[in-house]
Order: sequence, then C-alpha cells, then structure tokens
Amino acid sequence: MIFKLKVNGAERQVDVDEDTPLLWVLRDNLGLTGTKFGCGVAMCGACTVHMDDQPMRSCTLPVGEATGEITTIESVNGKEAKAIQTAWVAHDVPQCGYCQSGQIMTAVALLREQPKPSDQDIDLAMNGNICRCATYVRIRAAIRDAAKALEKQA
Amino acid sequence: MTIHDGKLSRRAILQGGGALVIGFLLPMGVGKLAAQPSGAGASPPVDPNAFIRIAPDSTVTVLVKHIEFGQGPFTGLATLVAEEMDADWEQMRAEHAPGNQKLYANLFMGLQGTGGSTAMANSYMQMRKAGALARWMLVNAAAQRWGVPADQISVKNGILSAPGGKQGKFGDFVAAAAKLTAPQDVPLKDATKFNLIGRDRSVGRVDSLEKSNGKAKFSIDQWEPGTLTVVVAHPPRFGATVARFDATQALAVKGVVAVKQIPSGIAVYAESTWPAIKGRKALAITWDESKAEPRGSAEMAASYLAKARTPGKTAKANGNVDAAFATPGATVVEMDYVFPYLAHAPMEPLGGYIEWDGKTATARFGSQFPSFDQPAMAKALGISPEQVKIEPVLAGGSFGRRATGDAHLAVELAECAKAIGPGKKLRLTWTREDDIHGGYYRPLVVHRMKGAVKDGKIIGWTDSIVGQSFAIGGPMEQMMVQNGIDATMVEGSDKPPYEIPNFRCDASIDQSPVTTLWWRSVGHTHTGYAVETFVDRLLEVAKKDPVAGRLELMSAEPRAAAVLKAVAKLANWGSPVPKGRARGVAVVESFSTFVAEIAEVSIDENGEPKVHKVWAAVDCGVAVNPDIIRAQVEGGIGYATGHILYGEVPLTAGRPTVSNFNDYRSLRIMEMPEVEVVIVPSSAPPTGIGEPGVPPCGPAIANALAKLGRDRPTHLPMVRQA
Repeated sequence: MIFKLKVNGAERQVDVDEDTPLLWVLRDNLGLTGTKFGCGVAMCGACTVHMDDQPMRSCTLPVGEATGEITTIESVNGKEAKAIQTAWVAHDVPQCGYCQSGQIMTAVALLREQPKPSDQDIDLAMNGNICRCATYVRIRAAIRDAAKALEKQA
Repeated sequence: MTIHDGKLSRRAILQGGGALVIGFLLPMGVGKLAAQPSGAGASPPVDPNAFIRIAPDSTVTVLVKHIEFGQGPFTGLATLVAEEMDADWEQMRAEHAPGNQKLYANLFMGLQGTGGSTAMANSYMQMRKAGALARWMLVNAAAQRWGVPADQISVKNGILSAPGGKQGKFGDFVAAAAKLTAPQDVPLKDATKFNLIGRDRSVGRVDSLEKSNGKAKFSIDQWEPGTLTVVVAHPPRFGATVARFDATQALAVKGVVAVKQIPSGIAVYAESTWPAIKGRKALAITWDESKAEPRGSAEMAASYLAKARTPGKTAKANGNVDAAFATPGATVVEMDYVFPYLAHAPMEPLGGYIEWDGKTATARFGSQFPSFDQPAMAKALGISPEQVKIEPVLAGGSFGRRATGDAHLAVELAECAKAIGPGKKLRLTWTREDDIHGGYYRPLVVHRMKGAVKDGKIIGWTDSIVGQSFAIGGPMEQMMVQNGIDATMVEGSDKPPYEIPNFRCDASIDQSPVTTLWWRSVGHTHTGYAVETFVDRLLEVAKKDPVAGRLELMSAEPRAAAVLKAVAKLANWGSPVPKGRARGVAVVESFSTFVAEIAEVSIDENGEPKVHKVWAAVDCGVAVNPDIIRAQVEGGIGYATGHILYGEVPLTAGRPTVSNFNDYRSLRIMEMPEVEVVIVPSSAPPTGIGEPGVPPCGPAIANALAKLGRDRPTHLPMVRQA
C-alpha cells in the first residue's frame, strides 16, 4: 500500500504493508537510521520519535497511524533540543550510544512540556527508556543542566 | 626501523595528498617500528600497519584495535597519542583498526580481540610510543625546513614553534616527516609533564557528539543499496535442530525473496526488516528435540547444589579445613548460593553486514574478536582467512556478548551469504527475542560455602563451586584452564583478599547444550557476591564491624585495603544513616583493578530493595581518563544493580521462559542509585575499568539488606517475577 508521511518537514511516500511499524519505514525505506531498534514491543524506548511533538514508540506504531508530523533525531530542533544535545555532550552521557537517540527525543519532549522538571519528573519521564550501559546518572545531570540553560535564556 | 616510500608518488605528496602513517610491528610486544606515507587523508591508509594517521589538514586519526562499545577506548587511546604528540584535542579522531591479527593483536592474548578489561592496560605504552614517534618526526621535519636544531622546537596544542616566530601545524610537515628515518628509541614524556593523562576532564569523549545526534553507525545501520535483510529462526530449545520446514507461507509474504536452511536454523531473506520478521513468523518448522536439554534451570540448580556437597577439584587450599570445622567451640556457618543464567542483552541486538562475491567476503559488524571471527567465517565460506575482510564498527553494548570463541554470529552471517549464493549484500538482524533466547549466558552457578568462627576469628572456609565451563573446549582453553580447573569459574573465590588459616576452594563442571559465555566481570559476577556476603556474615558472627573486620584480615592486600578505607571515608562509614535505610560494603579485585563499594538501601512499599546511593573507591593504576573511569563505575554499578535485583533467564525443559524487556527486567532510571566515585591516586601501570565496577555492588546491597533484618539473598535475583 502507498502511504504518505510527513517526516522531518518533508512529504514522503512509501509502499509497504499497512502493518509495517513506523520504525522500519524510517530506517529501511527512508534511510533515517538514527532511530534505533531495541525491543520491538515498546518496552525500551530506543525507537522514540516525535509525532506532533509528542514522544512516540515507533516500533509499535503502524505506518497507517503515523498521520501526524514525524520528527526524528536527525532533525529535532529548537531551543530544548539544542540545550539537551549540548548538555549530553558536555556531560559525556553516551557510552555505547545506541539508546541515546531515544533518550534525547524523550528528554526534549519533557523539557517542552515541563521546562523546570523536578528530579522525580525526570525519572518519571525517562523511565520508559532503557539504557543497558546505565548512563542514568548522567542523563539526570544533563537534563537538569539543560533546564538551567533554558532558564537563563528565558 | 625503516621508512618506506610506499606506493605514493612524490608528486602526490607535494600536492598535499600524503598523510603520515605511524605504525608498529610488535608481535607480542617486541618488534620493529615503521612509518610510511599513505594515500589521501580521508581514505584508509595504504598499509593498514598503522596506529596513527596524520592528514594534510592536521587531523590526527588514531586507529584503535579495541572495539568501542561504550567503555571508551576511542577516547582513551586518542588521549595517549595526543599527550605524546602535544596535539590539540580538537584535531584528534579515532576509528576502528581493521581485522588484522598480525598488526593489531592484543598484546596480552596474541589475538585481536577486546576483553578482560585490557584495552588501556595493553595499549598504554604502545600508543604512547606511537605518539612520541609521530611527534619526533614532525619536529625533525620542521627542524630541517626551518634550519634550526630540533631541540629548539616546541609543540603545544598541535602547533610547532621555533625561535624567531616560526610556526606551523602538523599537516604542514606531514610529507617531509614521512621521508625521515625514524629513530630506534624515542623518549616518552615524563609523567610530571602530562597535560591530558590523569587530568580530570581535560578531554571529552571523541564519540559523544555523533552519539547525541543520531549519526553514529552501528552494525544494524550498515546498508548499501540493494541490501537484503535476513532474520533467522533459531531452535526454541537448547540442543534442538531443524527436522523439516515448509516455507510456502513465508515466501508468500510481500518482500520476502528467499528462505534457506543454514546450520543455525532457517534464514528468511527480505527486501527490508519487517517482511523478514513477518516471513519468519509464517515459517512452519518441525524441530528435532531428541538431543535438547531436558532439564529446567530449577532442576539444574538443585542437582548442582547436591553435587556441591562433595568437593570437586581443588583450585586452592591451605591448612586443614576439616580440623577447623571440628574445632570445639567454633560456630560453623553454611550457605548455599544459586546464581541464575543471565543474558547480556546489549542495547543493540546482534547483527552484521556482509558482501560475498564467491571468492572474498567483506563483513562490517561489531566484531569484538576478529581473531575468532575471521577464520571461522573463512571456514564457513571455504576460503582462506586473508580472503575475509573484517571492518569492525561501533557496537551498541556487549558486556561480553560479542566475544564468542565459536564466532557463532560471524559464522551465521557467512552461512547466510553462502546459502543464498554470491553477489548479494546482506544485513543479518537479530531481534530482542533472538537475543534473550539465544544463549551464551552467564552460566548458572552454585556456591556451597562453609565457614568457622572462633573467638572472633575466621578459622576455616570452604567454597565448592558447580557450573558449566565455557572455557573448556573453546579457543582460549589453554589460557584459561589448568589442571582441569577453569580459572574463570573460580577467579576471586580461590584467592579472597583475606587471611584465612584453613581454606579450600574447589570446583565441579557440569555439561549442557545451553551455551554460556563470559559476562561483564566473568567469574567475579558470582564469586564476588559469594565471597563478600559470606565474609560479611562471618564477621557478623565474629561481632566485627564490616570495614574494620575486613581490614584486620587484609595485611597482605594493601591496594584492596586502601580502596576499602577510601570508600569508608568517602561515605563517612559509621555515621548515622537515614531512618529505614542501612549500608553494606564489599571489596573486590578483578582484572587487577581494586574496587570497594558501599550501598545505602531501604525496602520499598512493594517489599523490594531500593538502592539509594552507592559510593565507590577505585584503584586502576594510572587513571588516564578519570571521567571515563567514573562513567564506567557508574554504569557498572547500574548493570550490577539491575541484574542482582531482577536478572534471570529461567529455563523450562531447556527452553527460556523470558523473551524481551517485558519479562527480562532491566534496570530503569527510577531504580538507578546515585553514585559517587573516588579514584585512588596511583602510579602503577593502568589496569581495566570496563568490568571491575560490577562485582562489589551486588554483595554491598545484600550486606545492607542484612542490616535491615533480611537475610542476605542467596538465590538470585533478589526480586523474582510474580
């Protein structure tokens, strides 16, 4: 079936079965490999993208339901994204790095929703994203720093 | 030491197409040094005998022979080179060296491979020498051009300077440097002059940016136009094989192009990943289960515990344990421990990319041991090892999983290529279920421990271990097995850091078709827990403080004692603890690195242990990148906490009963303790840090639970699924 998608600001068209998860469309059909496969059952968050600015697990979202504006790590933008990615590098958050696209997409969505998250807000928002390297202490620190940086800009 | 002209023409060098390549030929630590010019800066070196490539644009690329899967060798080895070259950190790059055992053997093993937390220990001198040589050649090239003595040239932040205001960049001298004869011996920098090594946060990770913007490429991202994706249906029970199969329904799935039987199962080839997964689901396979493991993990544990009642082969013994246990008035304590099968579950499931033209193969994947993978792929394809080119890529975690003696993943990749025939580009992808069901687990192990305490002293100790050995029958058997004792089963248990007058550690080996493997910190995953909870229990019987009581027994272990004292100071051991919480301590030496940890724990509303904070003190010799050391200890504590609390792959009749992160529970951020790390200053040669943060954490948590009125858990994990 032909599906029309809005991905990273562009109209894209793909010919796939309707049950194909958005993840595989992004990775295999559109070549956007920054979004990762970790579990296929929406339990790890490695595949997190934004649909209409909301974090979504692309591994269980059938392409036919991806009707909103999709944003992936390759083009996530804006002050929150900049603050998060800057803090990620400053804290050297990544180890193996495989889950970090998903972590960052979730963290950006958190700061858009909640510019001054408490420690508990951070843990709650990030709890769906597994990091097997357990970079969690740095994820917390980076989000706190990004929030502070945003506060200074405001 | 020689300089070759290589194949690059003089004209190309003059045009700026040349790059200085510094390489060492160091078979097992002795050999000659060579430097030679190579091709254009952006392309791989003409001769892969290279550790450093300096391009005309002054970028310095370090070719790293250890795989980068988060533990930091890219940054670590670039730090060593930058230090000796006096380079600017911004000009440093790192990439994987290709598979080539002659050039890139791990000097501790004679094999190209990453493991045993050896990357920094093995490369510390090698890469410093390479950096020092590169600096010498650039300086001498500048000296010739400027007509000044070399000793008047200084290098700082990648800029060469000479009196009279002369200045230049590395790239300016690359072509000239490549024509110099390299000296036999270049002096290394004195440690007091280090600007980067041991200087906290003097450098950031070289890979943080590409891992924060989606650009980092892993095995699963290797793709060329026309590539087919392959998934393989593996046997559901360990030891089962394919009896027969029907691919009709699978081939009817849109996008599936072929289905082939290979030795490890049934391979489904498709135009992309989703059709391959759907096609696999549509396969009808009848399995031959006649040789499958009939036992479940609970039965195996019970039989191991029964076996542990009779001592196995002695790994180490002193004194007379029987007499010690029979001492009148002694308190005898016995504890049986069961450690479950554990999956490594790296965030990126296994996979790889291969091109096979019928004569040669090129494979790009997270190859942790090219020395295992290359010959195994060659054998599968019926070609010689030199005809298999391995290009290691970033791996999304490993924790030991990607280093397999039988190279099963590399072989499966080759078999997939062979089965469909030459001329295809293939990407093999394992799903998470393949990963959790796929074996190569930390073995199921039991320890039966017995100790005797009299007059406040530990007078006797035995530790009988039963489990599978992944070393016996593997390619490293000679290195790891002596007199029938698999060192990886008993390491840590055979040599606790305590003086015990009557001691025995013994081991028995069980066989099973369930595949097992090293898992981050290997034997210490269970020996560290058994030894450190048991000594804590005996000290409790002896009415000793856990820290002071250990220290009394550690006069022969100054470095272990020092980290224990350091962590006690860091956590202010003995100070009041918040209500409802308690602290436990443990200290473990692994991979020649010493780590002590204190965990502060409470019991949450669900009755589960909640780990609030872990303090750690580390002595890993010279701390090259202190922040990477901290990161590895933080991550090691998280990895340990998650598995001690939740990790288990149970088997029923040889069949795993968990399959994904819904039932193989992983540590999540809400369960992650705060971590505080102190690095004990040391001038000893650097040792590993990828693994040693793991072993003390579990026992520290258990010892804290004992103070909360719970028994130290002996059947792990601590929290079981309902």
